[in-house]
Amino acid sequence: MSDRRYSKDHEYVALDGNVATLGISDYAQSQLGDIVFIELPDVGRKVAKGKEIAVIESVKAASEVYSPVGGEVVEVNPQLGETPALVNEDPLGRGWLVKLRVSDPGECDSLMDEPAYSEFLKTL
Amino acid sequence: MTELDVATPAPPALAKLPLDALHRRLGARMAPFAGYDMPLQYEAGIVAETLHTRRAASLFDVSHMGQAILGGAGAARALESLTPADLISLARERTRYTQLLNETGGILDDLLVTRLPGVEERLLLVVNAARKQADFALITAALPQFDFNPLDRALLALQGPRAAAVLGALLPGAEDLAFMGWRAFDFGGAPLFVSRSGYTGEDGFELSLRADHAEDLARLLLAHEDVAPAGLGARDALRLEAGLPLYAHDLDETTDPVEAGLSWSIGKRRRAEGGFPGFERIHSALEQAPARKRVGLLPRSKAPLREGAELYASTDVVGHVTSGGFSPTLQCPIAMGYVASKHANVGATLSATLRDKRIEVDVAALPFVAHRYFKTPVGKDAR
Repeated sequence: MSDRRYSKDHEYVALDGNVATLGISDYAQSQLGDIVFIELPDVGRKVAKGKEIAVIESVKAASEVYSPVGGEVVEVNPQLGETPALVNEDPLGRGWLVKLRVSDPGECDSLMDEPAYSEFLKTL
Repeated sequence: MTELDVATPAPPALAKLPLDALHRRLGARMAPFAGYDMPLQYEAGIVAETLHTRRAASLFDVSHMGQAILGGAGAARALESLTPADLISLARERTRYTQLLNETGGILDDLLVTRLPGVEERLLLVVNAARKQADFALITAALPQFDFNPLDRALLALQGPRAAAVLGALLPGAEDLAFMGWRAFDFGGAPLFVSRSGYTGEDGFELSLRADHAEDLARLLLAHEDVAPAGLGARDALRLEAGLPLYAHDLDETTDPVEAGLSWSIGKRRRAEGGFPGFERIHSALEQAPARKRVGLLPRSKAPLREGAELYASTDVVGHVTSGGFSPTLQCPIAMGYVASKHANVGATLSATLRDKRIEVDVAALPFVAHRYFKTPVGKDAR
């Protein structure tokens, strides 16, 4: 998945056609610690770029997830209701959060690619 | 995402714990707390660290807490002028929990008081980190005729069902200490204060020693296969499961010990005699039952209910959450808070707003996880 792109807020999107799979980075899951609940949006909801799309509850705190691209929710990860810890175990794979039909695939271009995100993490 | 600020490097103004280097070698994620750079969790994570404490034993660094000795003939009687505990009857090498109160009976801090051995009257005080400057200033101003010496010592807590066996192997006799008993042992040629106490609901010990000896002791304890390090996150989860209030969250200057469910810590003699700040309010709260009570709360949701959430009975606000999170032991959200006494019976159903949803919240008995403090076997050291 070389086309995975990251935001400075540690979300990623991986574009396949005009559908983006959205999740949080491995760095983000490790910083959150044990995830115990995830509030996901309803399918069909329209989300603008930069707006809240999900809420992740760890043992310590609630964290909002912002959508790095605008679009319409077409699917949410059905396994996270029972097993929110999948996001800790496999954030880039089975722990994805939401699939979005993106309104403007060009919005992904402003996001960081894998090497740029790795460099960005070193500055934190 | 929000809430990732725990990763921000600590500003240099934060104080370092004596075990700072060890925490980092153990892979701790550090976070600022009460002016200290503290281990929030280690690599195992909060859930695993909490479960390990309930199953075996965990080592916590609580050196940020304030320690001091108040000395001089009549020190116990004098400290009674600031707290509602019976301290005059406190035997040597025994520890008692109490609170510093303001003029209206509000809680300025909660603390442990130990009567030290010896002919001289000396009390060892352990107070909350964020309150230590204020506490120490209050005590020295109110009791100027006594010696007051803050101690620059490390404080470690070894907590869990295996704690006694582990510590007893290192310090023979420690395993026989009674709950809230205290004894000085020798460690590296200097006194190591051992108290059978803690804030997890489990059997365990708090260990006060010279800061430069702390790493040696921590390494010896961590070398035991039953012992793992645990951070502030697990400590918070454990005390919430055990129904124990945390200062600045469940206790503050607006709460009195009666509504906080701490009446058991008010001495019988003190209830009759008074002589502590806020006696009138506390006396009437004891006589007439308080207007509100600290209770356990079980949200009927998978998402935790957090501190600050308001609690409703139909459309009226009847209370609020003061601590809330997820219980690793029970695998569900748990919380505590203050609720108007009329609505505070166990089994009552209230509601709360969690983001845009209304959820039902049941008033529950505390603790959520039963305490397993050490009970002295018959014929053993009962000090």
